[in-house]
Amino acid sequence: MTRLTINTTPEDHYVARIAAVAIGLSLLEAGIPSPLPGVKPGLANIVTLVVLMRCGWRTAAWVSLLRVVAGSLLFGNFMSPGFVLSFSGAFMSLGALALAQHLPQRWFGPVSLSILAAFAHIGAQLAVVYLWLIPHAGIAYLVPLFACAALVFGAVNGLAAAKLLGNATARRLHPA
Amino acid sequence: MLNLIKPGDWLTLLAGALFTAWLFAFMWQGGAAEKAVVRAGGKVYAEMSLAREQVLEVPGPLGVSQVAVEHGRARIARDPSPRQYCVRQGWLSQAGEIAVCLPNQVSLELVGRVKRYDSLNY
Repeated sequence: MTRLTINTTPEDHYVARIAAVAIGLSLLEAGIPSPLPGVKPGLANIVTLVVLMRCGWRTAAWVSLLRVVAGSLLFGNFMSPGFVLSFSGAFMSLGALALAQHLPQRWFGPVSLSILAAFAHIGAQLAVVYLWLIPHAGIAYLVPLFACAALVFGAVNGLAAAKLLGNATARRLHPA
Repeated sequence: MLNLIKPGDWLTLLAGALFTAWLFAFMWQGGAAEKAVVRAGGKVYAEMSLAREQVLEVPGPLGVSQVAVEHGRARIARDPSPRQYCVRQGWLSQAGEIAVCLPNQVSLELVGRVKRYDSLNY
């Protein structure tokens, strides 16, 4: 009998743990009723942002994509339109973050990153909706509403991430 | 709370807000109206450019309805219908807007360069 062993690094464990937290957050917010399908706080993105600032883009991408794929298995919508929407959103916001992380950190914090990622997220999703699901110009009427939500939730998530990161650095500087 | 926001973040917020405002302005405008189409008894009675100021009298079963056009907008100025809905609708200025005087079978519709669908089946 052959034994299959997967050698995992501490980093793998960290990614898995953190992705589990992100999945927990997206499960949590699935219970929040929304006035318009697609308008969600996107709390799991706080996790992505924190990981991005602490461990870099590669780890953040792992966490984000793991969250989408494993989360869809939990929700039971793997490979469904809903999954394609979250995947495209996550993919595009990771792209935006890959560019935005090079902004000077002195001037731009998690709030900027979060807002840019939120706009990329909703942009990708609207593109998929228009090109694939509902090819109707009426989508245009919803674009401003989604952009508004992206701005508000992007800023709020960014603040939450900044707060978490701030606490962490404070703790590291002043160990209790 | 405020120390969590860096100066550039305010800039990003402002840019995002401006972008959103622009989206609202751009996506939610009905498009500029170019002409007014007046129908009486279901048939097109007149098509008028909105550029020229004018008053048009349209006969219907109850009497004469008066359509007024000025400065890129149009309205039903007078109508013999009992409840005066179309008159009280006031000025129409966006493409796609319509005022209907049902009892007198007169309607005033503004159209833009491209005619949008008024109903869709999907």
